[in-house]
Amino acid sequence: MKISSLNRILLFATVFLAAYQIAIGIDQMDNVPIIAYTIAFGVILVAGLLLVILGFEVLDAPIVVIISTIIPLSLAMGLVWQHLASLRTSYLVFAIVGFLAVTVTRSITMQNKLPVFVIAIVHGISGMTIFLLPIIIAAKGEVRPGFAMVGIGGALIGVGGLLLSFLKTGKPILSKDRIMKLFPALLFLTTALFVAGFMYG
Amino acid sequence: MQAQSPIANRQSTIGNKIRLYLPLIKSLQTSLLLLTGVAGYLSAHTQVNWTDFGQMLPSLFLAIAGSTILNMWWDQDIDAKMKRTHKRPTSAGQVTRDEVFRLGMAVSVIGIGWALMVNWLYGIVVFAGLFFDVVVYSMWLKRRTCWSIVWGGISGAMPILAGRVLAVGQIDLIGILLASAVLFWIPTHTLTFSLKFFDDYQNAGVPTFPSTYGEAVTRFAIALSSVIAALTMGLAAVWIGVTAGVLRVIIVLSAGLFFLAVTTVFRPSDRVNFSLFKYASMYMTFAMLLIIP
Repeated sequence: MKISSLNRILLFATVFLAAYQIAIGIDQMDNVPIIAYTIAFGVILVAGLLLVILGFEVLDAPIVVIISTIIPLSLAMGLVWQHLASLRTSYLVFAIVGFLAVTVTRSITMQNKLPVFVIAIVHGISGMTIFLLPIIIAAKGEVRPGFAMVGIGGALIGVGGLLLSFLKTGKPILSKDRIMKLFPALLFLTTALFVAGFMYG
Repeated sequence: MQAQSPIANRQSTIGNKIRLYLPLIKSLQTSLLLLTGVAGYLSAHTQVNWTDFGQMLPSLFLAIAGSTILNMWWDQDIDAKMKRTHKRPTSAGQVTRDEVFRLGMAVSVIGIGWALMVNWLYGIVVFAGLFFDVVVYSMWLKRRTCWSIVWGGISGAMPILAGRVLAVGQIDLIGILLASAVLFWIPTHTLTFSLKFFDDYQNAGVPTFPSTYGEAVTRFAIALSSVIAALTMGLAAVWIGVTAGVLRVIIVLSAGLFFLAVTTVFRPSDRVNFSLFKYASMYMTFAMLLIIP
């Protein structure tokens, strides 16, 4: 499926936003959040470029499931490290084990539901962390209200993930064409909310 | 029917000539090489000498364009045999070979002469680029060995070195690193083309890596050269003293390149190969922009 000019522009805008966040938006943070956010926005940046080059067909590649796990895991890692100091080590262990579990269950052919179960757990926990943590700490006044935008971005990327997951399981909520048409806008909006949330939070 | 006035006639002839001459300079490739020259100059992070910089742009442009035109002149017979290039004005017979030669020489001499007047060392580097490209790569080696691309790469690396030399007044280690990054990036481009247009090159009798060493070795060479290009660019960026943030972006972009390079080797396909080539071009453009500030 050919990418329209508008979607191409949106993908490039996403790439530039992600590059901005990596280069400037996370400069004053500690080492671990810097590494975690660099990985998260780095995957978004490279994914945006690959979508421009290869088109939407790149999303059909089996490795996409593994790579797309990196975004929520590392983003949530950065958030936990910054705002939930008591859970730093536990979450770090969860992130590493979760990523390895997704990689292994997606690399070996399995007849049971384990791969889906692993994906659901890993995406579920990291997705809820990205969605809820910024909103809760913004509501408590621990950070500026703008930080809640990170949570909204998390919800949006969750919607994108759900749409793609249902599509891959053969029970699509929307048609593939419609999802692909919406995907660049969704990715752009999500990245913009993340960047704005960190900037004004 | 009303006859055209002599002035209108001349304008139309000039317009036609420009339309025929424009494809001879491969505007996209020339622009990218010019951008590397600009990046080389600005990588010095010194006060911009606008007189030098203002003269670098046209002199470098003319020298690159001149060498491209002379290549078209020399390779006219090859271009005519290849599907990809047989519609070029030279091979399609829209301009004569003599005309192309005269144009190429005129543009080159003006470009090199101007460059030498701006700064002798800068001029020598610009001349070296033209010499390696036209004489060593095209005339001497292209029809003899697939390793000619190394010299094509060296000539392609000269604009960034020239820009750097004009800014700092000498050939320094950073300039050599930047030139090496371009040198190792160029095989990603040329080898991908030699895979994609394998039959074309065979028909034209031009030795290529795929025809000499096979596809697997060529894909490995593409992957290796793109990884070395990325590492060299990263090293140059560190020496230039870019901010930690910019360095992070370069590392991310390099990781993407590395990922595609590994995929090219272990899951080879034309599609992945072409993606690596496109990504490497984007990588180089972004890297150039990133080392400027």
